[in-house]
Amino acid sequence: MNKIDPWDSPNANDRQLSVDEAKILDQLGLTGDSRRKFLSRVSAASLSVLASPFFTAEVFGKAISNNPAASPEELLNVILVDLRVNDTVKPLQLDSRMTLLDALRERLQLTGTKKGCDHGQCGACTVMIDGKRKLSCLTLAATCKGKEITTIEGLAGEDDLHPMQAAFLKHDGFQCGYCTPGQICSAVALLDEAKEGEASYVTEAVGEIKEDIQLSEEEIRERMSGNICRCGAYNNIVQAIMEVQSGEETPARWEFASAEQMKKAKSS
Amino acid sequence: MRPFVFTQAQNQEQALAAAAANETAKYLGGGTNLIDLMKEDVERPSELIEVAGLGFQEIKSNQNGGYTLGAMLSNADTANHPDIRRHYPLLSMAMLSAATAQIRNMATNGGNLLQRTRCPYFYETSMPCNKREPGSGCGARNGMNALHAIFGWNEQCVAVNPSDMCVALAAIGAKVQVQRVNGTTRTIDFSDFHRLPGDQPEADNTLQPNELITAIELPKPAFSKHYYYLKIRERSSYAFALISVAAGLQIENGTIVRAGLAMGGVAHKPWKLTRAEEFLTGKLPQTKNFEQAAELAMREARPLEDNEYKVEMGKKAIVRALTQAYEKNA
Ligand SMILES: Cc1cc2nc3c(=O)[nH]c(=O)nc-3n(C[C@H](O)[C@H](O)[C@H](O)COP(=O)(O)OP(=O)(O)OC[C@H]3O[C@@H](n4cnc5c(N)ncnc54)[C@H](O)[C@@H]3O)c2cc1C
Ligand code: SF4
Ligand code: FES
Ligand code: FES
Repeated sequence: MNKIDPWDSPNANDRQLSVDEAKILDQLGLTGDSRRKFLSRVSAASLSVLASPFFTAEVFGKAISNNPAASPEELLNVILVDLRVNDTVKPLQLDSRMTLLDALRERLQLTGTKKGCDHGQCGACTVMIDGKRKLSCLTLAATCKGKEITTIEGLAGEDDLHPMQAAFLKHDGFQCGYCTPGQICSAVALLDEAKEGEASYVTEAVGEIKEDIQLSEEEIRERMSGNICRCGAYNNIVQAIMEVQSGEETPARWEFASAEQMKKAKSS
Repeated sequence: MRPFVFTQAQNQEQALAAAAANETAKYLGGGTNLIDLMKEDVERPSELIEVAGLGFQEIKSNQNGGYTLGAMLSNADTANHPDIRRHYPLLSMAMLSAATAQIRNMATNGGNLLQRTRCPYFYETSMPCNKREPGSGCGARNGMNALHAIFGWNEQCVAVNPSDMCVALAAIGAKVQVQRVNGTTRTIDFSDFHRLPGDQPEADNTLQPNELITAIELPKPAFSKHYYYLKIRERSSYAFALISVAAGLQIENGTIVRAGLAMGGVAHKPWKLTRAEEFLTGKLPQTKNFEQAAELAMREARPLEDNEYKVEMGKKAIVRALTQAYEKNA
C-alpha cells in the first residue's frame, strides 16, 4: 500500500505541490533533485517552528506531563467553570492555566480527545465548541463558561454510532487510531461547514456563494489539513468523508485476506 | 506555563481598565498565538484579559462605502461572510490560505494583526533574539535565515511578519480602529500599523500600551473581480508562506485603473508594492507589464546569506499572481 499520499506529508519531498508552487519552482529551474534539495533546505530552516515534534512516534504516544497541578491544593489563580460537555454540566475548580484538553482528560476522564503536539499543529485534540471545530490544546478551560462542548464521546447515539464513526470503521480510516477522534470531530464539523457553503483556499470562485456544496476530494484534503495522521491513513479517511457527505455508499477498498491470499503471502 | 490571573472583562471599559492597572497584562483573543507562546515561555503575561465577550463581532457597512470588520470576529466567520466573499474575495482567499480550519475558527481579526513572527530563534528561549529579549543579539542575522526578510531589515532583526490576512489588508488598504483607556479612539492607517525593526525590534507595531483593537475598516471595494492570493509554502498545506503575493486589479475598458499589490514573507511588516502599483496604473494587463512591475518591486531587495532565492521567487510570484488575478473573473 502506498502510504505516502497525505494531504501533506511530514516530508517536504513527497508533498503534493499546489499548481502555483509547481509552476514557480519550474520557472526557477528547480526540478527533480534540485527541487527536492531546495524544499528540504527551507523546510529544515523552519523545523523548530512548525516542526512538529509530533512527526516522531515518541510524542504521539508520550505520557502526559507538564500540566498545571491537577490536585486542588496546588491550584493557582483558581477559576470556577461549569463545564458543559456532551450535554452534561460539571462544576469544576481549575487552575487558570488549564487547557480545555487537560480539563477533559484529567478532570472529566474524557480521554477520547487526544494530546498530540499540544501546540495547535496536529489536530488530535479537536473538539466542537458551540458547533465549531476548535483545538482544545490552545483553548483555556476558563474561556469555556456557558459554552457547549462536544467531544468524540458525545457523537454516538444510544445504540448507533455517528455515521462518520461508522464510515471510518467501514473504510478503515485509521491504523493506530491516535489521530482518529480528532479526525472524526473535524470531519463532522466539516459537513456542517459544507452545508453552510463555507469556502476554502481551493474553492474556485470565492465570490460565488452556494449552499450545500458537494466536496471534491481536493476540497476534503484541503479542509482536513489541520488533522495530521502519522500513520498515513489519509486516503481511507477521505473515502469515509466522501461517503458520508454524498450519502452514496461506496464499497470499502479493503477486506480481510482470504485463506488463499494468506498462504501466498506467507510463502512469498 | 507561568501562573497568571484570568480576567473575564464584561465590557470594553473593564478590559481597558484592567489592562491599564497591570503593565504585564495581555488581552486574550482566540489564544492561538498567545497560548502557544506562553507554553513556550516566550510570552509571560501575569494576567490575561479575555476580550472575546466584548462584542465587536459584526461586519457592517461604513461611511466610505466599504465594510468594517469587528476585531473579535473569528477569521473563519470573516472570510466566509457573504459581504466579504462578494466584495473582498482577495481578503477571503488570503484568510482561507492561512493555518487550519480549527485555527481559523478560533483566531480573531484583532489577534491576527498582532501575531508574532515565526523566526525560530524567537521561539527558542535558549537563543539570542532582540525581539524576545532586547539587547541579546539577533540569532538569525548570521544564523539560519532562509525564511527571513529581504526588505527593510537591519542588524537588529531580520524577521518577517507571518500573517496572510495582513498581506491582503495591505493590498486592499485598510485602517485599524483602537480604543484607549481614557475612552478616546484612534484610527491607524494600515501602512503605519506594522513597523520595521529600526532600533526597537521588540515592537512589531505602533499600538500603544493597553490599546484595544476594536475594528478593521476597509475602503470601498475595488478588486472584487480580479484578485488572487498566491502562497508558496515549503511543506504541509497549512505552513506559513515562504513568500506570498496579494494581487488585486481594477480593470476598466481593458486598462488597469487601479492595482493593489503586497507581499508576505519578505519583511518585518506586510510589504506593500507601491511602486509596482503605480507603474501598473494606466497600463494594459499584459505579461510584459506584469514582469516590469515585478522587476520594480524587487529592485531594492537585499537578501541575506540563505534567502537569495526569495528575490527570483518573488518576481515569479508577482507575475503569476497578477496573471491569475487578471484571468480570474469573480
Ligand atoms: C499551527 C498554526 C499554523 C498557523 N498558520 C498560519 C498561516 O499559515 N498563516 C497565518 O496568517 N497565520 C497562521 N497561524 C497564526 C494564526 O493566524 C494566529 O495565531 C491568529 O491569527 C492569532 O489570533 P488570535 O485571536 O488567536 O490571537 P491571540 O493569540 O489571542 O493573541 C495574539 C496577540 O494579540 C493580542 N490581542 C488579541 N486581540 C486583541 C485586541 N482586540 N486588541 C489588542 N490586542 C489583542 C494578544 O494580547 C496577543 O498579544 C497559525 C497558527 C498556528 C497555531
Ligand atoms: S530575526 Fe528578529 S526575531 Fe529572529 S532572532 Fe533576530 S531579532 Fe529575533
Ligand atoms: S494536540 Fe496537536 S493540535 Fe492540539
Ligand atoms: S496517527 Fe495513527 S491512525 Fe492517524
